[in-house]
Amino acid sequence: MIAPYFIIVPLLAAFLIPFVAKRRDARAVPVSLAAALSLLALSAYVFFVHSGETLVYKMSAWKLPIGINLVLDAFSSFMLIIVSLIALTSLLFSVKYIRHLGQDWKYYALFMLLVAGMNGVVVTGDLFNLFVFMEIALIAALALVAYGGKAHEFEASFKYAIMASVSASLILLSIAVVYSSTSSLALATISQSLAGKSPVLVLWLGSLFMAGFGVKAAAMPFHAWLPDAHSSAPSPVSAMLSGVLIKTLGVYALIRIFYNVLGAPPLFLQVFLGLGAVSIILGNLLAIGQWDLKRLLAYSSIGQVGYILLAAGIGTPLAMLGAVFHMINHAVFKSLLFYNAGALETALGTRDLRQMGDVSRLLPVTARTSMIASLSISGIPPFNGFFSKLVIIVAAVQAGHPLLALAAVVGSLFTMAAFLKVQRYGLRSGRPVEKLVGRVDGAMKAAMIILAALCLLTSLLVVPGIREATLDPVVKVIMDKTQYALTVLGK
Amino acid sequence: MTIYVLCFALFLVGLYGLLTKRDLIKIILSSGIMGYSCNLMLVLFGYRRGALYPILEKGKEAAPMVDPLPQALVLTSIVIELGVTALLAALAIRLFQKYRTYDITKIRRLSG
Repeated sequence: MIAPYFIIVPLLAAFLIPFVAKRRDARAVPVSLAAALSLLALSAYVFFVHSGETLVYKMSAWKLPIGINLVLDAFSSFMLIIVSLIALTSLLFSVKYIRHLGQDWKYYALFMLLVAGMNGVVVTGDLFNLFVFMEIALIAALALVAYGGKAHEFEASFKYAIMASVSASLILLSIAVVYSSTSSLALATISQSLAGKSPVLVLWLGSLFMAGFGVKAAAMPFHAWLPDAHSSAPSPVSAMLSGVLIKTLGVYALIRIFYNVLGAPPLFLQVFLGLGAVSIILGNLLAIGQWDLKRLLAYSSIGQVGYILLAAGIGTPLAMLGAVFHMINHAVFKSLLFYNAGALETALGTRDLRQMGDVSRLLPVTARTSMIASLSISGIPPFNGFFSKLVIIVAAVQAGHPLLALAAVVGSLFTMAAFLKVQRYGLRSGRPVEKLVGRVDGAMKAAMIILAALCLLTSLLVVPGIREATLDPVVKVIMDKTQYALTVLGK
Repeated sequence: MTIYVLCFALFLVGLYGLLTKRDLIKIILSSGIMGYSCNLMLVLFGYRRGALYPILEKGKEAAPMVDPLPQALVLTSIVIELGVTALLAALAIRLFQKYRTYDITKIRRLSG
C-alpha cells in the first residue's frame, strides 16, 4: 500500500507549490522540504522495516497481466533512499543559492516534479510506465538546466533535450518490439515470456535498451550531453543530475532490465564491461584537463558511473555489492562536490579554478568538506569511496579480469590527479583571496556538513553486521535475476 | 514486411536530419519525425493476423479487430512528444533571442 505514496507525495507538492507560493518562494520552501523529508522517512521505513520483502501494489486492483503494478523491493527502496537523501540536501542548499537567480516558486515545483519522475522510474514494475516517468523527470530536468536563463544554459539544455529525445525514441521502439513479441508490458510477465523466445530477439531488444538507457547513464560513447548539462545547471540541480538522475534513469534501469528481466545474458555483460572500462579511463582522464570546476566534476561523474557499469558487467555477487555500494557513495560525494562548487561560485563569483585562491581561512566549512569529498572520490581510506572501489577491484580480480582491475586502479589514479588539481588550484593555492562577493549561509553549510558526515558513515555499510541488513538484500534482489518475476507474480 | 521497413526508413530519415542539419528548427522537426516513426511502429504492431473480437454480442458476427493497447500507448507518447517539442521550441526561441541565429554552428559557447 505504501508504494504509490512515493509518487503521490512529490507530485502533490509540485501541484500545491504554485497555489501557496504567490510569486514568492517563502511558502514554497517549507512545502518542498516537508515533501522531501517525508519521502526520506517513508523510504527509510520501507528499506529497514520491510527489508528483504517485495511489496507489490496493483493499481486499481487490476491483476498483473492486465494492470499496471508498482514494485517495491530492496533495490527500489535503496534507490529511493538515495533519491530522497540527495533531494533533501539539495533543497536545503537551494534556499539561498536559488535566490540570487530570482525569488521564484517555479524552481521548487520543477524540482518536485523531477523527484516524482525519478521515484516513479524506481518504483514502477511496468515498462511503459517507466518510460512515462522517465520523460516526466527529463522534462523537469531540462527546464531546471536552463533555469538560470543565460545563453549557454539554453544551449546545454537544447543539446540535452535532443539527446534525450533520441534515447526516448530508441526506448519507445524497444517497448514496441517487446510488446509485439510478448503482448505484455509488465516487467515480470515480459521476463517470463521472453525466457522461451529466440536469442536473436533478446539480442535485438538488448541492443535497443542498451543504446537507449546508455545515453541516460552517460556511458562513454554516449556521454556528449553530460558535461554541458551538468555544468550549466544551478549547483543543487547539478548535484541531483550527477548524483541521482544518471543512476535512476540510466544505471538502475539498465541493471533492472538486464538482470531482472533478461536474466543477465553474458553477451551484454561483456558490453557492460567494455562501456565501464572505457568510461573509467577516459572520463577520469578528461576530467584532469578541465579548468571549469563543474565541468571537471561532470567528467568525473562519467568515470565514476563507469565503475558501477564495470561492476555490473562482472556480475558476481561481490561485484554487485561493489556496484550498489558505489552507487550510494558516488551520490553522496559527488553531490557534496557540486555543493562545494556552488558555494565557491557564490562566494568568489567564478567557477574557473585559475581564478580561485586560498579560501581555507575565509570558507572553512567549504574547504574542509571539499577536502573530505575529494579524499572520498579518490579512494583514500577510511572514506567510503575507498571501500567500494576496493570491492570492485577485488571482484574483478576474483572473476578473472586482471586487466579490468588494472583499468579501475588507473582510473582511480586519474581521479586522484583531477582532485589534487581541484584542491591545489581551487581551494589551497598561494593566491590570497581578499574578500568574498557572496555569503555562504547556514543552510548551505548544513547541507555540506550532512553529506560530509555521510562520506564517513556510509563506509560503515561494509562492516559485516551492517552489510547484511543494508546492502545484502539489494544484491540478493539483483543476483536472483529472473526470480524477480516469480516474486512479483506471487508464485 | 515492406511496411515495417518503410517505418524504419522513416526513423532513419529522422536520425539523418538530426545528425546533419544545422538549423535548430530542422533539428526539432527531425526529432519529431523520429518520434512519429516509433509511434507508427507501435500502431503497426497492434495488427494481429486473423484476430477477432474477444467479446461477442448477441446477433452480431465476429468481426476483425486490432489490439487496442498500442493505440492507448501511442496516445500517451504523442502527448509526451508534444511536451518535449514545445520545450524544444521554447528553448530554440530563447536561443534565437540570445544569439540572433538558428544556425547551430554559430551557437557555440560551450566546448565539446
